[in-house]
Amino acid sequence: MATLAPPAPTTTTVPREARAYPVGHEPIHNYLREPRPPDDVRGLARAWAWFKGWALSVDHKRIGIMYLVAVSFFFAVGGILAILVRTELFFVGETIMGADTYNRVFTMHGLIMVFLFIIPSIPATMGNFLLPIMVGAKDVAFPRLNLLSLYIYIAGASIALLSITTGGVDTGWTFYTPYSKETGTAVIAMALGAFVMGFSSILTGMNFIVTIHKMRAPGMTWNRMPLFLWSLYATSIVQILATPVIGITLVLLTMERLLGIGIFDPALGGDPVLFQHFFWFYSHPAVYIMILPAFGVISELMGTFSRQRVYGYRAVALSSVAIALLGFLVWGHHMFTSGQSPVSSVVFSLITFLIGIPSGIKVFNWVWTMYKGSVWLKTPMLYALMFLFLFTIGGVTGIMVGALAVDIHLHDTYFVVAHFHYVMMGGTVMAFLGGLHFWWPKMTGRLYHEGMGKLSALLVFIGFNMTFFIQFIMGSQGMPRRYYDYPDMPWLEPLHQASTIGSYVLGVGLLVVLVNGLWSVRKGKLAPGNPWGGATLDWTHTTTPPDHHNFHHTPLVTHGPYDYEVLFGTSGDSQQGAPVPVVEVGGPQEMDVTVGDGTRQPDSATDM
Amino acid sequence: MMQTDDTPVLEERTSFFIEDGSLWLPPQSSTTAHEIDGLFYFILYTSTLLTILVTAAMVYFVWKYRRKSHADRPVDVHESKWLELSWVVVPTLLVLVVFFWGFRAYVSTSIPPTDAITINVEGYKWAWNFEYQNGVQYPNEVYVPVGTPIRLEMTSQDVLHSFYVPEFRIKHDVIPNRYSYVWFEAPEEGTYQVLCTEYCGTSHSNMGAKIHVVSRNEYYERRLGPPDQALSLVEWGEQTYTRYSCNSCHSIDGADGVGPSWANVWGAPRPGSPQGEVNEEYVTASILYPQEYMVPGYENGNMPSYDGQLNEAQLAGVSAYIRELSGAATEADRTVLVLSDGQPAEGEAAAGEAAAGEAATPEGEAMTETDE
Repeated sequence: MATLAPPAPTTTTVPREARAYPVGHEPIHNYLREPRPPDDVRGLARAWAWFKGWALSVDHKRIGIMYLVAVSFFFAVGGILAILVRTELFFVGETIMGADTYNRVFTMHGLIMVFLFIIPSIPATMGNFLLPIMVGAKDVAFPRLNLLSLYIYIAGASIALLSITTGGVDTGWTFYTPYSKETGTAVIAMALGAFVMGFSSILTGMNFIVTIHKMRAPGMTWNRMPLFLWSLYATSIVQILATPVIGITLVLLTMERLLGIGIFDPALGGDPVLFQHFFWFYSHPAVYIMILPAFGVISELMGTFSRQRVYGYRAVALSSVAIALLGFLVWGHHMFTSGQSPVSSVVFSLITFLIGIPSGIKVFNWVWTMYKGSVWLKTPMLYALMFLFLFTIGGVTGIMVGALAVDIHLHDTYFVVAHFHYVMMGGTVMAFLGGLHFWWPKMTGRLYHEGMGKLSALLVFIGFNMTFFIQFIMGSQGMPRRYYDYPDMPWLEPLHQASTIGSYVLGVGLLVVLVNGLWSVRKGKLAPGNPWGGATLDWTHTTTPPDHHNFHHTPLVTHGPYDYEVLFGTSGDSQQGAPVPVVEVGGPQEMDVTVGDGTRQPDSATDM
Repeated sequence: MMQTDDTPVLEERTSFFIEDGSLWLPPQSSTTAHEIDGLFYFILYTSTLLTILVTAAMVYFVWKYRRKSHADRPVDVHESKWLELSWVVVPTLLVLVVFFWGFRAYVSTSIPPTDAITINVEGYKWAWNFEYQNGVQYPNEVYVPVGTPIRLEMTSQDVLHSFYVPEFRIKHDVIPNRYSYVWFEAPEEGTYQVLCTEYCGTSHSNMGAKIHVVSRNEYYERRLGPPDQALSLVEWGEQTYTRYSCNSCHSIDGADGVGPSWANVWGAPRPGSPQGEVNEEYVTASILYPQEYMVPGYENGNMPSYDGQLNEAQLAGVSAYIRELSGAATEADRTVLVLSDGQPAEGEAAAGEAAAGEAATPEGEAMTETDE
């Protein structure tokens, strides 16, 4: 939190012309600085007051930033575990740890990355921060519930991490029975942690749906909603409908362990395949909880950095919803070799292919967005282009493992590991990083270092492909996943080594991102109001960083999210900033008053 | 029984690049592999083409429409119904082709021919046991005739496992309390690697087995049980220790493992167990009914039951081997006996009858001596 120190008072260090805020929209009441402890509170009392100002804040922006710190921390932890996993596989036989330790490490990598990082990654950070601003509202519909979901997330994460103290979980993130029933007791803590975190996910989803339905600003019709909101809307539907199922499943698993109710354990007459059905009924839709927000971020990036309307807006928007709904009907493709009925496998395979089509439509639309546009290769755009390339590979390999006969060979091998890393890391994490660079000025008021940004993109791209493309080949050659060692296939050693070296490059790339972020909040250039020339409300109608209340008046939306022509005459130069056009606001302009520093502010600024 | 040492062992794969392999797939060694590979390559080439098209369009657009000045104005692009329709219809047709192809290949590769030979397979932590219809069992390896469809009827003793032979392109989960099957027909003799692909705990990655595809004659011999071997009880125990994967949990050098080490345990007190200490009865009971008593500190319940898998010579051999490791082996333990281990303890197969009888006597002696 300390790293997100507020920038120096911007109005005094930067000439107003260069900042180019609309009249009455200078960042006076920057959310990072206000509310803050009164000046006469000093020392520890000040630190405590400052802490309370954040921890008890119901401001969606502060909650978003707190989520960002938390998920970044867990991403780092999960990443270190991944490096350990890859290092262990460098040589045949034991390299740095024993089999039992390895099993715990890869399990924690999966659990942390899925439940603690990637599910809350984009919705809870950028979603919380931007959704109310993008719809033109002061906050989400239920701000206190929003804070509660942060607390629940932290409580759930703590319970989950408690499992380490009771021996660690070694089941893999899938908790397959009956193994999860027999192994150490830490499974209970982990299952309960995931159960608790589910409520955080449900509450956030509910909050977003209500906000989008009820709090859109005048003129913000469904067809003028930024695609990021469409994708968050679709994500929220999945979060609300699917998460209860994993909750019930994990409770049943806990009851099976504690009471021996005999639902999943074959020794008690239970059915382990039933567990898999329950588990994937949530966990496949969860894949869309992870990727749909990324689609939204990419739409924003492609539009803004091509300065072109996102091609096929309606198709991109509705395909998110189509994916969300169809996503509930494909869970069985995780179970082609599990012993479900062959007829089910056939039906699941067919629906799986159908869900590939809306994803394909999106990729084609994004690429075509650049057509006759004005493509600006800044770091966020580099990440967006990386997303397109990597997600395409992730998608076509999804067709490969969705094909019934081929999946028999590829199931539970490194091919699947590579496939979902291309989708989850090449997709969601690239979008997360791209979005983070894109909205970094909005969140912190500072610009990241462009050179470091591009270097990180390059390293991540090289490292990622080196790590995971090789795993496609290893997988189709027969390397099973979750292997501590490969004594039966020593000839794979050179490939494992290349993959491991790739993971180090990837790690260095992500370290550069971290350094860039930490450096920029202290030393970065002050960001202009609209550095990229975006046309959504977050860029055109709020200050950078936004004021505590987002808008001084409820904005009146008169154009679509990608109508860049309304910014005509703007430069979109990140150093100078796009002069934001005079905004039309709902309230009467004559109510502006002169505030202490001589600038004119809308009246709402005085009565905060 | 004649000694069959001429097992045609296929050279172990030592390098990633081999003569009949490809970059992507291991050699095709079953009659159904080509159906899966055909679809694999169709998707691979189509997707490569698609990825290249998307990437090329991307790179071209990035270069062609790069921003030359901050005041760049894009041209207003109107959406083309036909363009959008084309990238809905073409991928839809493609995936439908892939679906039907995958479906057909799935059906034709998963239904075993009616004349297939059935072999039972049991997976447990962390080994595989193969059993012919005549009751003869092989741990971690099986001999099957070349050019004959084989159906493996599989179940698990403890947790989920998955039976995977990359070169045959077969895989199916092995589930406790339930039977699942895979089938294959290998057109060429050789040795093929079985892997477990469903995570099952500590030694998941060491749960390999071998399928030996051999001539029909050799198969008939192997089906009668392993050849006679002139071994002492200690040697029987040592062989059992590795063949039945005891070594994946129990060390012989005192190192800690999933189960207690065998080093220096002979005579160690086992308070609470019916036998009270590690002796012949204790070892036998631990192998056959492992859940009845567990050593404190090892109550993980991971030990599978070997009831019906080991014959008396092997059971006595394990005890003798443990005695040897504790320096308590007797002269009788080291005396070479002629025994056959292919014979199940009950002695069903006629061919093994004599060997079993042979085994009974010296074994009895060994027992008596230990009791003293």
